[in-house]
Amino acid sequence: MSISHTLLGLLESGPRHGYDLKKAFDERFGHDRSLHYGQVYSTMSRLLKNGLVEVDGVEAGGGPERKRYAITDAGITDVGQWLATPEKPEPYLQSTLYTKIVLALLTGRDAAELLDTQRAEHLRLMRELTRRKTGGDLADQLICDHALFHLEADLRWLELAAARLDKLAKEVSA
Amino acid sequence: MTETTTGATGALLSATALRKTYGATAALDGADFQIRAGEIVAVMGPSGSGKSTLLHCLAGIVPPDEGQVHYQGRELSGLSDAERSALRRGAFGFVFQFGQLVPELSCVENVALPLRLTGVDRKTAEGRAAEWLERLEVADVARKRPGQVSGGQGQRVAIARALVATPRVIFADEPTGALDSLNGERVMELLTAAARDTGAAVVLVTHETRVAAYSDRDVVVRDGKARDVAGMAGVA
Repeated sequence: MSISHTLLGLLESGPRHGYDLKKAFDERFGHDRSLHYGQVYSTMSRLLKNGLVEVDGVEAGGGPERKRYAITDAGITDVGQWLATPEKPEPYLQSTLYTKIVLALLTGRDAAELLDTQRAEHLRLMRELTRRKTGGDLADQLICDHALFHLEADLRWLELAAARLDKLAKEVSA
Repeated sequence: MTETTTGATGALLSATALRKTYGATAALDGADFQIRAGEIVAVMGPSGSGKSTLLHCLAGIVPPDEGQVHYQGRELSGLSDAERSALRRGAFGFVFQFGQLVPELSCVENVALPLRLTGVDRKTAEGRAAEWLERLEVADVARKRPGQVSGGQGQRVAIARALVATPRVIFADEPTGALDSLNGERVMELLTAAARDTGAAVVLVTHETRVAAYSDRDVVVRDGKARDVAGMAGVA
């Protein structure tokens, strides 16, 4: 995720102090990991340098946490461009799991066991996310669902791989 | 498994070495299964793997060719037909992919049916049925017939019917199979919450991992053999 674009977007509704920005970010997007103050201030100084934000006021006492930042017209354009640009879908072509299966087959280890272990681990995380979702608000539900759909896709692949293991073993050893 | 060991592992319902053949096809080929009181276990596996047959054998709907099913230490095949029917009415509840509600009865009458069959008077039975419909967020369809409600509503009515007699085990066979994602999720939330509140165990047959994620653990059926992935041994 682009932290600078997200912080910039949060400034569109009005000027904020650095710490307000961090709070707003954490509340909306910091579900698993909150921002460090240092990240906020280093991002702000970069945005200042690029003319995407400006200092709207400084409270007495100095220090970066006293600065109030406002988005500039260039900043608003930048946020608009970021939102309008589609994210590049992950190609998922470098699969650690695939590598592990092939190596297991090459070295005579139990590849089916490896797939079962991975399957159990994926389902364990899906159970955890499902519990979190069931007790959570709409934001929790959407974030967990996104993860759940990806894990589900992995599991479907694991099933397919398990069903084709014999064929793959022949190709690998050929 | 003997009665003693069934009790010792803490299993409410267990199956040992089940075999069931339909024609030349072995639907179950040595399947083992155990579930404890209040536990939610997903039975997973590809189409045709034997997971529905396992559910039918566990619920005493079809007898296995070989192997045994114990419920609370009693072997199902040792029961008379009448005893097995009584068990299915009182101790077991069922939810299928398509609600299988009685089309001539209203929804509240459908939910009240298991109680009526055990001799509860109409007023009491429909009163409790109405409470369950409300809990499953479909109180407004009480007087409608199954043909007049949506798939999601019908499935909630079916869950209410499965729970109304406070069964010890709920058998759910692809309960969200005919629903869209959002309705399916809600049905699973309501089913699992109701089961946990009443202490019922759930045997949940599904091929969807997102549905299985509502379970406590899962058993995979492949080629008629059931593998307990996490293993009841690990939690017993």
